[in-house]
Amino acid sequence: MLGHEHSDEIYVTKMPKLDLEQTLTGHKGIVWHVSWHPQGKMFASCGEDKTIKLWSKEGQEWAIKTVLVDGHKRTIRQIEWSPCGNYLASASFDATTAIWDKKSGQFECNATLEGHENEVKGVAWSPSGQLLATCGRDKSVWVWEVAGDDEYECEAVLNVHNQDVKKVAWHPSLDILASASYDNTVKIYKEDPADNDWSCFATLQSHESTVWSLAFDKTGERLATCSDDKTVKIWKEYKPNNQEGVIVADKESVWKCICTLSGFHTRCVYDISWCHNTGLLATACGDDIIRIFKESDDSDPNAPTFELVCTKLDAHSQDVNCVTWNPTGNQEILSCSDDGEIRIWSFSSD
Amino acid sequence: MTKTADNVNPDIYDKGSEREITSSDYDENIEDLFDEREIFDLIRNINDPEHPLTLEELRVVEESNIKVDNIKNLVHVSFTPTIPHCSMATLIGLSIRVQLLRALPARFKVEVEITPGSHASEYAVNKQLADKERVAAALENNNLLQIINQCIA
Repeated sequence: MLGHEHSDEIYVTKMPKLDLEQTLTGHKGIVWHVSWHPQGKMFASCGEDKTIKLWSKEGQEWAIKTVLVDGHKRTIRQIEWSPCGNYLASASFDATTAIWDKKSGQFECNATLEGHENEVKGVAWSPSGQLLATCGRDKSVWVWEVAGDDEYECEAVLNVHNQDVKKVAWHPSLDILASASYDNTVKIYKEDPADNDWSCFATLQSHESTVWSLAFDKTGERLATCSDDKTVKIWKEYKPNNQEGVIVADKESVWKCICTLSGFHTRCVYDISWCHNTGLLATACGDDIIRIFKESDDSDPNAPTFELVCTKLDAHSQDVNCVTWNPTGNQEILSCSDDGEIRIWSFSSD
Repeated sequence: MTKTADNVNPDIYDKGSEREITSSDYDENIEDLFDEREIFDLIRNINDPEHPLTLEELRVVEESNIKVDNIKNLVHVSFTPTIPHCSMATLIGLSIRVQLLRALPARFKVEVEITPGSHASEYAVNKQLADKERVAAALENNNLLQIINQCIA
């Protein structure tokens, strides 16, 4: 042998991949949304069949633990757990938002928030769990305060969008709210401490069609949005007196689009999830595909680049409506689809 | 209460012939893919919401305005309102959508759009018809669903 010491070593380059852990059935018709419990060991799902199902693991398998019925008269569009994990809010086409808890030992609807004129499309809890935002077809965004046991008071009705509002999302640590709309824009709101009035302080304009969903990164200084225009956009907050020299008027932050991911999605992008542990972005698309994007190592903070690291073809047999990273950071992903199924995936890279 | 139709005297066209059955249609060894004619047959007899006429007779739908891609699972239908200000355009589009959603396998992505240049609110109507969430909400409205079912029946 003439010194080929390394010749039989095989170098395997591991490709990032999404492995299917389990397919869950149980809903009838479209499954619109899935939401992880904050501890990542259970999740809720909802859809066209007007039920909410709570799932947890029995041994190696996920199974339905509880089915919540009779809370809504029409489609349940979105459900969200409060940060403490004790409350579940559900937004419905029946114009109401219901709050569920299990103070009595089992899950019950103990409060119903009314006020929207028609379909409620989105709901989100603030990081403290003291505020709740809802949005809907009537073009408005409502901010509710948890006023006491099963009591919720309307703090603000924000009428700045001029079309259907699809989703709301809170900043990960501050009481700053963002909303996405059929009017192609995203709006950002906060409360003025002087008079406790909520107002819109930024309008993010760049998408060319409906903005379906949005997600803050872990710092809250960047926002990812996805749209019917088949793109994903990354926005960055520039505060007053920023080092980059971005002009900021009125002492309010300015949000700028610093990156557009185009050419990757072939149909409407319905949802986006930004993992706060790994920084990975996952998208749910009308072409039945789940895609994972990773920010490049040498990415410029003011003009970042993201690489498509994983394309899961036929993730579902119809449109993927929702994707969400497990909040514990274990690289698990939940997705759901028009095909009536929920799937659990594990992401792995080298 | 009788509402006057938007277009009181629409042009009426002859109905086309029935689909010609060829020998391959009976051959079990030949895979029957969806074609434009088949999609046309599914929607040609939808009734106009205002006139006792079909979408074919009003030339709202035509076989040449249908595209089918069996590999990509895509069906694209362009429809032509009888007048550029037709207030029924969204309802007609919705009826075509619902008919195809019910009749085609779930794998198909159905796109229903106004023939370019044939309607004043083309962009707004197309956007609404493409928004599956709004379509889903509309179909939970019993009054609307009844009207659509009457058009399709």
